[in-house]
Amino acid sequence: MTKTDIINEHTKKVNLIFEDCNCWDIIDKVLSMPPDAVLSDINASGLKGRGGAGFPTGLKWKSAKEQPSNERFVICNADEGEPGTFKDRQILHERAHKVFTGMTLCAHTIGNVSKGYLYLRAEYNDLLERLQKDLDEFNEGLKARNFPFTINIISGSGAYVCGEETALLDSMEGKRGEPRNKPPFPTVSGFKGKPTVINNVETLVYCTMIMLIGPEEFLKLGTKDSRGAKVFCISGDADVKGIYELELGMKVDEFVELFGDGDTKAVQVGGSSGHCVPRKKFSETFLGFEGVPTGGSMMLFNSSRSMYHVLHNYLEFFQEESCGLCTPCRIGCQQLLRGIEAVKRGEKPSTYLDELIAMARTMRIASKCGLGQSVPNPFISIVENFREEIIY
Amino acid sequence: MPQIEELVRNIVSKTGADRENLLPILQEVTRHERYLSEEALTQIAKAMDISCAEVYGVASFYTFLDTVPRGQNIIRICKTISCYMAGKDKIVRAIEKKLRIKLGETTPDNRFTFLATNCIGWCHKGPAMLINDKVYTELTAEKAVAALEEYL
Ligand SMILES: Cc1cc2nc3c(=O)[nH]c(=O)nc-3n(C[C@H](O)[C@H](O)[C@H](O)COP(=O)(O)O)c2cc1C
Ligand code: SF4
Ligand code: FES
Repeated sequence: MTKTDIINEHTKKVNLIFEDCNCWDIIDKVLSMPPDAVLSDINASGLKGRGGAGFPTGLKWKSAKEQPSNERFVICNADEGEPGTFKDRQILHERAHKVFTGMTLCAHTIGNVSKGYLYLRAEYNDLLERLQKDLDEFNEGLKARNFPFTINIISGSGAYVCGEETALLDSMEGKRGEPRNKPPFPTVSGFKGKPTVINNVETLVYCTMIMLIGPEEFLKLGTKDSRGAKVFCISGDADVKGIYELELGMKVDEFVELFGDGDTKAVQVGGSSGHCVPRKKFSETFLGFEGVPTGGSMMLFNSSRSMYHVLHNYLEFFQEESCGLCTPCRIGCQQLLRGIEAVKRGEKPSTYLDELIAMARTMRIASKCGLGQSVPNPFISIVENFREEIIY
Repeated sequence: MPQIEELVRNIVSKTGADRENLLPILQEVTRHERYLSEEALTQIAKAMDISCAEVYGVASFYTFLDTVPRGQNIIRICKTISCYMAGKDKIVRAIEKKLRIKLGETTPDNRFTFLATNCIGWCHKGPAMLINDKVYTELTAEKAVAALEEYL
């Protein structure tokens, strides 16, 4: 079997996200079910959020549902700004109906939802026209079923941090996209202070599919801590690049064998804010919540690449995208970048890297949101595994 | 400039002056004017009955809401890692040569502004760039120059 055949075998097994299906059948079925029964199916599936943080979806819905309120909101996070991630775009391009359906299922489940929003990043404005057309039809379909729920599209304006759920809420309210303090979590006080479920595009499509195939089928895929499948985005030094849905729990060495160019020295799992896995750890690292969790981005680097340049590019990204609200992240991102530059130029001794690692650890505990808290992921994993490349 | 005043008034009357409409308003003015001038920001503040500082604070937060003059067409080339590895520097040089400006500048005829941006979600098909809302992927120097010609 060729590599392509093996990859096809893998993707055939889990063709859930991009498979065409009749969404109205699913909606009609679910709307006739009691909301608690839907919730119990989503819970039973073990589905965890696909936007990066991996929070159990059923729990999130339950929390919003239990919060007393006569108004709740459902938001689909299509801000997809994590470098190396491009799956949500493809899902919205090919299967937007399944996303809208997932939002509708959520609205029915948590109750008292009359409005849903899809927050689309500005970089995807070319999708707007078609999405709006699809959405108009979809909203009409809901109206015909007397289900009082409509979905609107909100456009972003180019800010990575707006993918962070509370920054997204502020952005939707017409403010600077600065993260809020948590708690309260959005399920308690979200959009306009009302209980709000915010889910990733892919998460919502899995909800749709779980209601179609049943939680038992979904449970058959993946591992105990990482149920189901996941859409992976493969870029960098790879023979096979693009978007592939794979069962969770694959080991990095198997992954690299299938997609790599035969000379892979490191894989950055989860985008710039994820972890760098060096070759020596490929065989012991799982792709899943028990190993390296991932929003789907897989960037491969072969031996021709300098990991200094990779890290430098990541740090430039964070320095620009930090919202500047809290000091550990605003100053930390700058200093990490300047720090590795100084070591590279020989102005600082190599031991300075240890001071930088200590500072990165402080950022992890002292930063306000996930952006600053995850800068240490790439920083520490790259500096510890590729120290020579940073120094010389 | 009364034109801007009128534009802002028209847009605000369509969206409504609620605080949550500030971003759609800023986006719409940017679509018409390519950037948000001081005059535009002041008019928006007036129409929405909020302070200018508040409007500027929001506008300056977002990369796609420019507060300095921009050309009719905005080129945004991705500078993030996958596109960098796919050779975006060569594309930058080709565009700079064709337009005779540097990255970050606007052509004297005001037709193009050339900017770098972070990942635009085409990492598997880098180097990638946007011209206004349109995406161009798997660029070569020739393809990039041909793309510019669509706007000449
Ligand atoms: C800086 C930052 C950027 C984020 N960007 C995104 C994003 O683009 N898309 C997304 O779904 N989640 C993003 N998240 C995660 C969200 O905060 C949130 O956890 C997620 O949307 C929840 O959806 P899920 O439970 O379905 O994964 C980001 C988080 C941080 C800290
Ligand atoms: S961690 Fe960074 S992005 Fe998050 S609030 Fe602080 S400065 Fe802003
Ligand atoms: S790195 Fe250029 S599009 Fe993602």
